[in-house]
Amino acid sequence: MTSTNFDPRILKAPHPVPGAPDNWKRFFSFNTDAKVIGIQYIATSLLFLLVGGLLAMVMRGELITPPADLVDPSVYNGLYTMHGTVMLFLFLFPVLNGLNNLLIPTMIGAPDMAFPRLNAAAFWLVPVFALLLMGSFFIPGGPAQSGWWSYPPISIQNPLNHFVNGEQLWLLAVALSGVSSIFGAINFVTTIIRMRAPGMGFFKMPLYCWTAWGAQTIQLIGLPALTGGAIMLLFDLSFGTSFFRPEGGGDPVLYQHFFWFYSHPAVYVMVLPVFGIFSEVFTCYARKPLFGYKFVALASFGIVFLSLIVWVHHMFYTGTPNWMRILFMFTTMTIAVPTGVKVFAWVATLWGGKLRLTTPMLFCLGGLLNFIFAGITGVMLGTVPIDIHVGNTYFVVAHFHYVIFNAIVLGVFAAVYHWFPKFTGHMYYEGLGKVHFALTFIGCTLNWLPLHWAGLLGMPRRVASYDPEFAIWNVLASIGAFLLGVASIPFILNMVSSWARGPKASPNPWGAIGLEWLLPSPPPAENFEDDVPTVLNNPYGYGLNEPFVADEEFYIRRAQEA
Amino acid sequence: MTSLDSSSQLNHTPGHIKHSGHNLTGFVIFLCSESIIFLAFFAGFTLFKITSPEWLPPGVEGLEVRMPLINTIVLVSSSFVAYFAERYLHKGNLWGFRIVWFITMLMGAYFVYGQYVEWSSLEFGLGSGVFGGTFYLLTGFHGLHVITGIGLMGLMLFHSFRPGNYEKGDMGVTAVSLFWHFVDVIWIILFVLIYVWQRTN
Repeated sequence: MTSTNFDPRILKAPHPVPGAPDNWKRFFSFNTDAKVIGIQYIATSLLFLLVGGLLAMVMRGELITPPADLVDPSVYNGLYTMHGTVMLFLFLFPVLNGLNNLLIPTMIGAPDMAFPRLNAAAFWLVPVFALLLMGSFFIPGGPAQSGWWSYPPISIQNPLNHFVNGEQLWLLAVALSGVSSIFGAINFVTTIIRMRAPGMGFFKMPLYCWTAWGAQTIQLIGLPALTGGAIMLLFDLSFGTSFFRPEGGGDPVLYQHFFWFYSHPAVYVMVLPVFGIFSEVFTCYARKPLFGYKFVALASFGIVFLSLIVWVHHMFYTGTPNWMRILFMFTTMTIAVPTGVKVFAWVATLWGGKLRLTTPMLFCLGGLLNFIFAGITGVMLGTVPIDIHVGNTYFVVAHFHYVIFNAIVLGVFAAVYHWFPKFTGHMYYEGLGKVHFALTFIGCTLNWLPLHWAGLLGMPRRVASYDPEFAIWNVLASIGAFLLGVASIPFILNMVSSWARGPKASPNPWGAIGLEWLLPSPPPAENFEDDVPTVLNNPYGYGLNEPFVADEEFYIRRAQEA
Repeated sequence: MTSLDSSSQLNHTPGHIKHSGHNLTGFVIFLCSESIIFLAFFAGFTLFKITSPEWLPPGVEGLEVRMPLINTIVLVSSSFVAYFAERYLHKGNLWGFRIVWFITMLMGAYFVYGQYVEWSSLEFGLGSGVFGGTFYLLTGFHGLHVITGIGLMGLMLFHSFRPGNYEKGDMGVTAVSLFWHFVDVIWIILFVLIYVWQRTN
């Protein structure tokens, strides 16, 4: 397809080549098909979930006894820095971009993303910065050791005086990850705004698209601030400037503003798509329309807006003046309102429904439960007096992991199971899935629930040794962490064996509503091609007598015949 | 469902699905995002300037304004020149477009040359306190954008010689001149912050 009124060379949007090789090799090539890129993202990121998990298990192995005996304390510093970085930049962002790639075009009936080549470039940056990050383990001085937030003045120390050092590679990797995310965000937002199926007004869009749109909007607004901060930090570290060096007139706290202006909203970048997944999964397996569709949709942008004005609550104990503390405490509290709207809508959706407890539903129910708990500790941390008391203790670690793992990663697993039949064409094994859920849920609860107590008692984080009075909580947490490691075995077994030999999936195995379920499993390269259904209603009309698209029978038959 | 749905349906035409007019949408989104990096730098500059106990490095009195002012005038007027080039293209006057577009490029190149002359005459470096750092970071990062802009304009000029490319105007030219105006606006803010607002407290 060529067009006469735009220049194809700046941001070229070629179509995937029809008849491109339909074998495993396409997953290892520069392919522009969003569905291939989506699977590339998800497979790569799950690999790094294992890497990050292994780093975490070494740390939990160290922390099972009070003294620092298993690894050297400076190695421990490198471990938690890399664990955080790998999990966020190499697991969570890529896995969610993978889901975006699979779900957004199919859910809105677009043939592909708006800029397929940019999309592929965004993915192939991931292995590049992964290499930089992993490579830093093998250079003199080892990887970065200043935590995932990389605060100066610690992060701009260069004790060995090597020009190439772990911190520098870390900064380059983060900057590249930022470029990749911005490429992705431009693509996702443009696709959602401009390529929806006929009749699909914004208020008929699936909620996953609403939440992904909100999340990517945060990326576009927040990420450049972190990039700016990272550039300045890199200059301080390598080129002798003094932006964050007090002795040269700089201000280390300014970096914290840059960092948290992005990195607080970044949590919402990760949690918003999971809210979308909750909305899709709960309605599907409860067989009920979503309660308050419009409120849930608009609450996403309420969260986007509020998430950008709360960042100083990470800085209550770094010399922030009182008026600012009160102001940001207030904005932090208000975030509970749009989030609460969503939680109540899900509970109301589940209420009185006839629940089918499939693996994705179990993961979402577990994730919702954990999210509510994490929300409560989040409000606690948002209050200035409690935050000053428990700041930089394991209470923060526990709260953060309750959000990131116990809610978000559980939601991601739910999505992987829920859409697995659609994009691979095979069913997964329900029994193995349930074993995975049980191990994960018990493991994550055992891992992070006890750490709240350790934190309230004052156990500081990021230290390899601790006072023996905290031993019991740490033993429990370590058992939980190893259980999570074990939980990855049924998951990997299930994914690999189902994709290779699982029973063939029908186009709509769950009886779900949505454009993606009107496509064959797996969908063809250009989804609906020229024949896109006209959308009549939002995709949550479970049990209602309203058609989702015009001529639904035709599309169902076509998908089954394909 | 309700009235809001029907209104958004009106705005939506099925033609969007296959048409690639979304290139400009994507580019505008990119520019908005890019402007936030500059915003972050400007915020940092302002904060440093207000709070830093020693702003100018020892031996430096202030910045010379005359040369940068000429540079500013050249860059700002080049934005108007770019606009006229675009007008020529829309009227179908391809040679008019090429010549005026090339003049824009020359004006951009003059700006970069002016920056080079200024940089080489300065007595402070990147490491001269927070003032030197922010000065070179801001002007350098902006200069990088100017050079990118000139490169993109060159690309558009080159493509205009390929037959059949520019018959109905070109989205790429619109995007590049948008980029040029963006670079221009950033410079005006930068000029005011660095050169006009020199008085220290």
